[in-house]
Amino acid sequence: MNLQHSISLAVLTCVAGIACAAEQPVIGLITKTETNPFFVKMKEGAQLRATALGAKLLTAAGKSDGDNAGQVTAIENMVSAGAKTILITPSDAKAIIPAIKKARDKGVMVIALDSPTAPQTATDGLFATDNYQAGILIGQYAKASFAGKPVKIAMLDLFPGHPVGITRHNGFLSGFGASGISAATTDLLKTADVVCMADTYGDQGKGQTAMENCLQKNPEINLVYTINEPAAAGAYKALKAAGKEKTVMIVSVDGGCAGVRDVKAGVIAATSQQYPMRMADLAVEAGVTYAKTGKKVAGYTDTGVTLISDKVVAGVESKDTAFGLGACWGK
Amino acid sequence: MKLNLKEHLPPLSALGPIIALLVASIFFTWQSEHFFSGQNFSLILQQVMVVGVIAIGQTLIILTAGIDLSCGMMMALGSIVMTKFATDLGMNPYLAILCGMLACVLIGFLNGALVTMVKLPPFIVTLGTMNIAFAVTQLYSHAQTITDIPEMMSFFGNTFSIGQTTVTYGTVLMLALYGLTWLYLRDTAPGRHIYAIGNNPEAARLTGIATGKIMLGIYMMAGLFYGVAALLSVARMGVGDPQGGQTDNLDSITAVVLGGTSLFGGRGSILGTLIGVLIVGVFRNGLTLMGVPSVYQVLVTGVLVILAVATDQLTHKKG
Repeated sequence: MNLQHSISLAVLTCVAGIACAAEQPVIGLITKTETNPFFVKMKEGAQLRATALGAKLLTAAGKSDGDNAGQVTAIENMVSAGAKTILITPSDAKAIIPAIKKARDKGVMVIALDSPTAPQTATDGLFATDNYQAGILIGQYAKASFAGKPVKIAMLDLFPGHPVGITRHNGFLSGFGASGISAATTDLLKTADVVCMADTYGDQGKGQTAMENCLQKNPEINLVYTINEPAAAGAYKALKAAGKEKTVMIVSVDGGCAGVRDVKAGVIAATSQQYPMRMADLAVEAGVTYAKTGKKVAGYTDTGVTLISDKVVAGVESKDTAFGLGACWGK
Repeated sequence: MKLNLKEHLPPLSALGPIIALLVASIFFTWQSEHFFSGQNFSLILQQVMVVGVIAIGQTLIILTAGIDLSCGMMMALGSIVMTKFATDLGMNPYLAILCGMLACVLIGFLNGALVTMVKLPPFIVTLGTMNIAFAVTQLYSHAQTITDIPEMMSFFGNTFSIGQTTVTYGTVLMLALYGLTWLYLRDTAPGRHIYAIGNNPEAARLTGIATGKIMLGIYMMAGLFYGVAALLSVARMGVGDPQGGQTDNLDSITAVVLGGTSLFGGRGSILGTLIGVLIVGVFRNGLTLMGVPSVYQVLVTGVLVILAVATDQLTHKKG
């Protein structure tokens, strides 16, 4: 393409209302899916901040959770579109790394949002919830609520091998008083109190099935840990069908609006709320800073987690659902 | 006059895809300064190469009035077999690749045998083998991504330069496979027989075509293509991905349909499939360059698929 051609094209695109990319920092955001409210909120936060800072935001997503190929393609297209910073919520912590490396080799800053790559050093930075801490908070809450009464725990997890599922699970056990666990533990642990463990894929329907099977295995379950609130809602349906919804406590992680309303309604006793908007907000800011000054971020930035419950227990700090609803995402 | 014109023009089902591809390309060139470049076109080609090669096998099967739902999962299984054999078993990488492809051919044989010998509908057979291949992949890999694969397995992800443009070897392989399949369908007896079988299997059998044998061969050949796609996927991603290929069955059917091949069998072309694959790739790339959320790509693809099938149906009625 010759110079004249390029200029006329550039003018054309400006006239057409598409931003003149030359002086505007371009930032790419790649989420796991387009439809999960968590990522919708994240995108909203990124867009707000990008508009405020005069940056152009490109977005893309995998077709489904676990669609690594779709994310690789999105990275390539964004590099091609001139993005100098790419924010990504990796669907597969390991498989995405070669593509990230290629982008970084071209001078693109890559920040992981929400969940880390494995190893974490494959990206310039990580802006995420401390999932281990999120687990600890609900573990401590449950421990204080039961106050030494005998407990039989069901743990409704994410899916095999997922680091977020593992750290929340282990954090919960640690918060509940199990010893010898750290945030770096990479296996799903099981203590004597845990009578059932099942995968839910973070899905309400599968959460219900998992809970039904756990009740079949041990009808005396009185405490349920769930990976997120949809799984908790499914577990509640199963408990209700078995007439146990009043006697069994459910704790969860996420803090979506539907989840917080479930806490308010007493379906879930307590949930650890995370902040996708803050992740995107801070990361877009870092991207604009990089475009202007060339200064990259480094390491892990904790975007915070808060325990939400309407029933305060002694010794565990929490906020009520009014606070939770003010900071939640989704419908 | 009117008759003459009709004879000399290719049918709408053949022209439509090319027109759609051209219109989309012109639109994106106008909308994004990054679109019209050799480097970007090369990028689109490498992005579509895995589905592109899968779609070759899918085209062959659809031409016989069949369908293959298992292709993506077979590809994932093949990629896990080759990477795991090479890393965990320490097998010679060439041999490991061969084993991965063999796994795909074996499932292809199973598909073909059930369709031709047990006379089960292809939809059901491949629905079954899709689930089997998925489960075996998850079990064998423990649902873990296979990393640290031998260097040579990434060969088809490596690039060479044409002027300013870098092209992956995988792209060349994909285009070569399309060329070979085109010649096969056009110039060989078994290639022509596929069309005959797709049009009317009973008539084909009565004219002395060994329909069963050819069908079995097609399913195994498709398996081989999925095995090649597995290698391309490993080369492109740099890992063996047990979650891969989950939507590749529908993506490949989309490409075949967009390319003007009839789902009722017997009509269509392999080059159309290549155009169909490119249409999807161009939309995904172009919309990202424009900054439009990728969900619109899904929307556009849906509309195009319906247009393509409607065109096929209408021209079929007239013809």
